Amino acid sequence: MSSELRDLYQEVIIDHAKHPRNFVKLEDATCTAEGFNPLCGDQLTLYVKLAEGVIEDIAFQGDGCAISKASASLMTTALKGKKQEEALALFGRVHALLTEGPKGEGNLEGVGKLAALSGIWEFPLRVKCATLAWHTLRNALEGTGPRISTE
Amino acid sequence: MTAVQSVTSLGLAHGQVGRNDAADFDVERVRQNFPILREKVYGKPLVYLDSAATSQKPQGVIDAMSRFLLKENANVHRGVHYLAERATEAYEGARAKAQRFLNAEHVHEIVFVRGATEAINLVAQSYGKKHVGEEDEVLITAMEHHSNIVPWQMLCEQTGARLRVAPINDDGELLLDEFERLIGPKTRLVAVTHVSNVLGTINPIRRIVEMAHAQGARVLVDGAQAVPHLKIDVQALGCDFYVFSGHKMYGPTGIGVLYGRSELLEEMPPYQGGGDMILSVSFEKTVYNALPYKFEAGTPNMAGAVGLGAAIDFLTGLEHEALAAHEEDVLAYGTRMLSAVPGLRLIGTAHAKASVLSFVLDGVHPHDIGTILDREGVAIRAGHHCAQPLMRRLGVPATARASLGCYSTRRDIDALVASLGQVRELFQ
Repeated sequence: MSSELRDLYQEVIIDHAKHPRNFVKLEDATCTAEGFNPLCGDQLTLYVKLAEGVIEDIAFQGDGCAISKASASLMTTALKGKKQEEALALFGRVHALLTEGPKGEGNLEGVGKLAALSGIWEFPLRVKCATLAWHTLRNALEGTGPRISTE
Repeated sequence: MTAVQSVTSLGLAHGQVGRNDAADFDVERVRQNFPILREKVYGKPLVYLDSAATSQKPQGVIDAMSRFLLKENANVHRGVHYLAERATEAYEGARAKAQRFLNAEHVHEIVFVRGATEAINLVAQSYGKKHVGEEDEVLITAMEHHSNIVPWQMLCEQTGARLRVAPINDDGELLLDEFERLIGPKTRLVAVTHVSNVLGTINPIRRIVEMAHAQGARVLVDGAQAVPHLKIDVQALGCDFYVFSGHKMYGPTGIGVLYGRSELLEEMPPYQGGGDMILSVSFEKTVYNALPYKFEAGTPNMAGAVGLGAAIDFLTGLEHEALAAHEEDVLAYGTRMLSAVPGLRLIGTAHAKASVLSFVLDGVHPHDIGTILDREGVAIRAGHHCAQPLMRRLGVPATARASLGCYSTRRDIDALVASLGQVRELFQ
């Protein structure tokens, strides 16, 4: 099996895909958004409970491939307790990691467990799967509309 | 052999078609015609199992298009010079090939379009707008591709007509009793796929046409997935419209055919206005051209039509019974081998089926299957296959789909099954 495949489907990814964290509907969410990847039919609903600019709780539900599920799951674990600006700044770093790869260790700085996403850049067709949750997050936080699409 | 007969033979073929027919078909020789099959992907031999998305192109098609552009290119139906005449001959020659290919009664019943999608939109906006009114109904099936859903939804929105959907069973077969019940005096049009792109189901078009005509409804058949596999005879089928794309039957993209019965096309208004579709134009009044040119506004896809003509030559050059037996053999082998893969469930198990193996694997999303297979050189489609309502009916968000062409072999199936082992290794 190719090493790129091993890098893509790291253990952390498989684990989060099979057992997604925070995979529930948040009844007391203050903002929600729905994300679609029309190319493949991936769909997720993101729930965020925001209090004074801090993400007190965050969860998601939906259907998708291992990459989109694991990315959403990892995102929710990384963002609990973070300030809104910190969350968006982290999106910037994750986006660089997804599109440019680790670039030595440069793009791995400050991403913590999200480093598991470092193999995806070698599969350009799958980058959208990984960014879906993050685009949906930005939409939920910025309230730019109820739906986001990666197309 | 008519399409109806070939449906029966394919339908009964599981274990029944003589091995001799399949053995008569020299697949290795057929494969020689497709240069792309010699390509390597990530250092591995290409195993192309995505022909339902688009088929690969034989050398004859590539050469015909190249020859046209190198030696014959000029605008058709216009010039008086040598090349204009050659180009017009080549373009109209392709139309005559399409007529024979479908066994249409008249050559002017063949309208060149961009593909099946454009053909359906043309019928919806031209025939539909004229004949479908408020309170009327258009009937489709639960297994249609978006291209045979959305144009009718648009028409219904414009006219106030109602779109009705005939249900299918869990094997992916149309429920004919329900279908018949849904056709009534309000039904103006029935639009149905000949072969499902997701399930491979072959629909009994002749019976559907009989049911529809008994109620005075017209029938459009989406033949995009049927033309590469079945022998089509529009007169035997009795349908009013038959549409297909070139690129799924070994021809180029951007060219397809709308067949319509002469008397229907005659009284339909033009779909688009422009050059070539007129006899005379003044600012007061324009007189439209005769069939089929009334529906071919603007300079057409000439090289595409020539390529389609070459694809028809290629396909009709294969002995049809032997081709059908070969494809049935690979499909039956694939069905057997995939059924033996632990945790795999085939989606689409109709009795009459052609060339599609859709499946889901426990605990693994089809996209992940697609990516892992790709690294083994195995090209399949993963997703909703432009049939989201069907996915909802089947209760799956997506499927993995291996689809076959004339060049597919049992070896391809073996490579598919072997690479599914890698999926299990990663996801265990």
